[in-house]
Amino acid sequence: MTVTDVLVCALGAVSLGAALRVVTSKHLVRAGLWLVVALGSLAGVYLVLTAELLAWVQVLIYVGAVVVLMLFAVMLTRAPIGPSDDLDRAKVPGVLIGGGAGLGLAAVLVDAYRWREVGLSDVEPGDAGAMGREVFTSWVLPFELLSVLLLAALIGAIVVSRPDVGQRSR
Amino acid sequence: MTMPVWLEIAIRVAGVFAAFLVLPLVVGQTEHKVMAHMQGRLGPMYAGRFHGWAQLIADGVKFVQKEDVTPAAADKHVFKLAPAIALVPYLVAIIVIPLGPGDLVAQPLDMGLFLVLAVVGVGIVAVLMAGWASANKYTLLGALRAAAQLLAYELPLVLAAASVAMAAGTLSLSGIVEAWRPWWLLWQLPALGVFFLAGLAEIRRPPFDAPIADSELVFGYLTEYTGLRFALFLLAEYVGIVVIAALTTVLFLGGWKGPFADADLGWLWTLLKVGAVSFVVIWVRVSFPRLRVDQLQRFCWLGLVPVALAQLVLTAAVKVAT
Repeated sequence: MTVTDVLVCALGAVSLGAALRVVTSKHLVRAGLWLVVALGSLAGVYLVLTAELLAWVQVLIYVGAVVVLMLFAVMLTRAPIGPSDDLDRAKVPGVLIGGGAGLGLAAVLVDAYRWREVGLSDVEPGDAGAMGREVFTSWVLPFELLSVLLLAALIGAIVVSRPDVGQRSR
Repeated sequence: MTMPVWLEIAIRVAGVFAAFLVLPLVVGQTEHKVMAHMQGRLGPMYAGRFHGWAQLIADGVKFVQKEDVTPAAADKHVFKLAPAIALVPYLVAIIVIPLGPGDLVAQPLDMGLFLVLAVVGVGIVAVLMAGWASANKYTLLGALRAAAQLLAYELPLVLAAASVAMAAGTLSLSGIVEAWRPWWLLWQLPALGVFFLAGLAEIRRPPFDAPIADSELVFGYLTEYTGLRFALFLLAEYVGIVVIAALTTVLFLGGWKGPFADADLGWLWTLLKVGAVSFVVIWVRVSFPRLRVDQLQRFCWLGLVPVALAQLVLTAAVKVAT
């Protein structure tokens, strides 16, 4: 086992353990904080696999913004300290869907790569230049489509949160 | 001159820790004295005899001696962990900020700018943890204000940084300084203003200190903290000043470039500029009243964001034209 293998396994284990705590913890806010650990160690995995840009995007978007927004929303409504006994978690469907999706993806990945070994030096590092070239050449159409989707979501959010906009014109 | 790898790493780590511990103290002491003189006072005069230079060391000793109180209703683990989480992002940020030309940076990175922006955004998790785990209405309100403020101001901060990265054509902090030319001071002036103001808001310095607002929220999300943990939060605030000043220097003020002797005295230019920007941070604190929460959001969305977007257009136009 190389250092890379050990690091990927260790970070993966941390990520998995934290993710399990997210869905099993009875403390509402602590579950959100475990999500920070899970997503952060996933960023560590990306970093070890030389996908540097992806790793920092993960930290910037998921840890710095998405989880923070979730915690913000939870704290605005109801965030008791200590365990909550009335958490309505769909246990059996959750295990089925989560486990099924995880196993399915794992099967697809294992089938795709088998036990083929790819040296880290053979992979083009995912730095900003490489990422930019890819996004603006081969993937330019999905990229633009995604930006249109985000724009639509943005406008939708404004419309939903401002009922007075429509009423004034009526 | 070559030295063994382990020695080089040890020296670099020691350098980062020295910067991490010394620079915030210098900024803090300067704040004591500068603010006092701006308000017609003398500030600390006794500790260490000469103009109270040892005041912050004395403060540190005092903080260590104080009782470390954890509220009975608090979520103890989260409460105790929060000050450490508040410090880590700035420590990571200091690692990639270049002090001088060549190898005078703890860890040069191809994507230093991106890394810094990403980790500085993580600091907000610590604020939410502190405010929520204290089990106190004032702290929770302070944390929510901080979260709303930081999420909003991250946008102009990133846009302004993107403008200068676009101008330099690189995300490496050293590369940006290499590409910097004096006329960029004019070209990137709006971005400089946006970045500095958004940076002030990111570290919650006055006039953007609504999350702490001592006249409304006792002491915001820090209300329940005492002793060493409170001191760690204070340290995080002053390291934050150093990081924002250093980033402003590196991105917009040419880093180690000066009128003469760039190659030999580069680190001195960087430190001088960081000091000057930190001075402005203190000056702004003394001069402006605190913004209300609604004014804060208004200023960000209707002031900084449009300016930053316009600057992006300008940068792109000049870049295409030349």
